[in-house]
Amino acid sequence: MGMYSRVGRPRPGAGGLELAIWYLMRLTGVALFVLALGHFLIMHVLFDPANQTSTWIASHRWNSIFWRSYDWLLLTMVMFHAFMGVRTVVGDYVKGGPRTVLLMLLYLVAIVLLVAGTVVVMTMPLPGTV
Amino acid sequence: MLLRYRGSEGMLAWAFHRISGVAIWAFVVLHVVDIYLVGGNPGAYNEILKIYASLPGRIMEVLLGAALLYHALNGLRIIVMDFWPAMTIYHKQLWYACWVVFVVVGGPVTYQIMAPVFGLPQFLVQ
Repeated sequence: MGMYSRVGRPRPGAGGLELAIWYLMRLTGVALFVLALGHFLIMHVLFDPANQTSTWIASHRWNSIFWRSYDWLLLTMVMFHAFMGVRTVVGDYVKGGPRTVLLMLLYLVAIVLLVAGTVVVMTMPLPGTV
Repeated sequence: MLLRYRGSEGMLAWAFHRISGVAIWAFVVLHVVDIYLVGGNPGAYNEILKIYASLPGRIMEVLLGAALLYHALNGLRIIVMDFWPAMTIYHKQLWYACWVVFVVVGGPVTYQIMAPVFGLPQFLVQ
């Protein structure tokens, strides 16, 4: 590589699933640059966490389809990006059987969290509709 | 890999990216669980919120914001070099640029999060 600094993962040359994940990590990364930083800015700069009670979330933060869609999109992007990122880390340090077990456990947690997050953002009653 | 230090900015940029990434992942796991409680057990969520709004909680928020901002900026730097390989020659300069943005943006955000602890006024807060 010489002068090249390998900060990012080299693009997988064999194609297929690994190449798709490589591109999706970058695609979700750009989306999260906007969605995650935007979310942090809203929740920690424009509002103060001290005021963000369950009631406030139900009646203000999630009082529109727009913000619920925003948060759900953020959820899907972050689930892919964070869990595929940890998958890379696990792959770097753990080999063989333990790696397989850890990755299965990781995917299971990802699916459970994706379902739980989707359920809560989609089923909480919208103010004005109940 | 993390324990074999080869020196220079490229290695540090990579190590910080990995550490901040795993830290953000851990918070995301916690955060989806706590938000699930908003629907499932609102009272329990309000108790967790008190921890988030406390002094140790706010210090953790600043660290989370720092991890998020570094990971976001360095992530863009990686993408730039992935799709524009000629820029890898300037990978150190790009990293320094990330730190300039990090300090300029992170400073005011840190003030905003920590201000209530010291009885200082917050700006813009709704």
